[in-house]
Amino acid sequence: MKLITAIIKPFKLDDVRDALSEIGIHGLTVTEVKGFGRQKGHTELYRGAEYVVDFLPKVKLETAVASDILDKAIEAIIKAANTGKIGDGKIFVSNIEQTIRIRTGETGPEAL
Amino acid sequence: MNSFFTKTLLKTFLFLISFFLPFLTLADELNGANTAWIMSSTALVLFMTLPGLALFYGGLVKKRNVLSILIQCFAIAGIASILWVVVGYSIAFGTAEGAANDWFGGFGKMFFSGVSESSLTGDIPESLFAMFQMTFAIITPALIIGGFAERTKFSAVIIFTSLWLLLVYAPITHWVWGGGWLGQMGLLDFAGGTVVHITAGVAALVAAIVIGPRKHFGKSAIIPHNMTMTVTGAGMLWVGWFGFNGGSALAANGDGAMAMLVTHISAATAAVTWMLYEWIKFGKPTALGTVTGMVAGLGTITPASGYVGPAGALVMGFIAGVVCFHAVIIIKQKWKIDDSLDVFPVHGVGGILGTLLAAVFASTELGIFSGQGFTNDKITSIGQQFGVQAIGVLSTFIYTAIVSYILFKLVGLMTNGLRVDQDEETQGLDIIDHEERGYEL
Repeated sequence: MKLITAIIKPFKLDDVRDALSEIGIHGLTVTEVKGFGRQKGHTELYRGAEYVVDFLPKVKLETAVASDILDKAIEAIIKAANTGKIGDGKIFVSNIEQTIRIRTGETGPEAL
Repeated sequence: MNSFFTKTLLKTFLFLISFFLPFLTLADELNGANTAWIMSSTALVLFMTLPGLALFYGGLVKKRNVLSILIQCFAIAGIASILWVVVGYSIAFGTAEGAANDWFGGFGKMFFSGVSESSLTGDIPESLFAMFQMTFAIITPALIIGGFAERTKFSAVIIFTSLWLLLVYAPITHWVWGGGWLGQMGLLDFAGGTVVHITAGVAALVAAIVIGPRKHFGKSAIIPHNMTMTVTGAGMLWVGWFGFNGGSALAANGDGAMAMLVTHISAATAAVTWMLYEWIKFGKPTALGTVTGMVAGLGTITPASGYVGPAGALVMGFIAGVVCFHAVIIIKQKWKIDDSLDVFPVHGVGGILGTLLAAVFASTELGIFSGQGFTNDKITSIGQQFGVQAIGVLSTFIYTAIVSYILFKLVGLMTNGLRVDQDEETQGLDIIDHEERGYEL
């Protein structure tokens, strides 16, 4: 089991959700986050003063998947979230030691 | 015989005067139309503070200070009303003995003494006049809070604005509108360029200098937390200003209607001017710029609103947009003074500009740009009127600056420092001073 954590542009969330649904991934957790990478910040203008805003709004989505569909999931996210411009985000993959469904107590891939 | 002759002559003279100026001398009969309009105007002016100004300012601060702005506006509305009843109205619109009346109105009208259901001011009830003026006494100290927002103790805000109302606002109101020396000189201030906007603007500037900048001022971006709130409040200010300026005619007549018209023209022109200027200079027109231009246009036309014509208002709105835009940049970015919500560059500079320009555009000799003429018979030229306006601006500026400075120092001693400490500033005034939060999201 793998945990996919993707940081994407907020307006790409619906596209990514649809792409993941299509390959059979039906659960994800979404958090509104702020941060910066190579895109750096942007400027905002208030009464003639330009301010550099370091942290840009992004969406962090997390989904746990069975190891055999990991590549498909990553491919789906990349395809859906790609605009070709700087600031499209990143995908992190990590191992999951255990998964437990709270209601039934099921464990492992069945609990996903 | 001689005295009989004098008396007859005097009577004839008074009769003739009353014939030509019926609204001044035969004002012992209530006029229903005027009363209805000023009652409406009174509601409009209160609406400017609550919730207009409260929302306008509230949106401009950080999320953690939004309630501090809202409660300050409400608390000032309450306290200024009480003080106005107790002694403020008397200082502003009472009549002191002899030469003292040039400077203040004395204590004869304390607790609204003599204000009954049948007493009149002009041809409207005095109760209404006193109430209409009360709404001005509310918004003026409320305007100041923008200068020291996000860092000043609530106790300091309350004590300062209370004392300021009685020692700065009420006397200057008397100088200009209550029969004092500036009014006698023929100063043109229709609805409060000196009385409201210069006093509030200068007090905010002094506040920003005495109290010092916010913690991260000039280092990192301090960004408005809710622009939709600000734009909503700005819209209310625009509408409310029709009562502020249109009501200052104290009558439902041509003067009032013209004041309303020029008020609108100046607001519209200044809003568009600021928007376009920003668009050209920075590449983007902004919502905040547009509404700030509008407020600048409104503040600028205020002293001139009963005296200038539509084309004059167009020019004044344009000048307001350009000058106030630069004033904001000079005060905040060049001089590094953290007048946090730009009270001085918008209201103070607008008030100065409008008071001076009133001398120009009130003139009847400018063709299409002419106004209704000067009110004092002894004043015949723009230059002469401009001199009087300049004296009005300077005296208001200097008196307000000095007394506000002394008051801040005094209040600082009473409250053990005017501002909260650094950690408290980081946590925000809502929690520190009021133990509540604006948003639970």
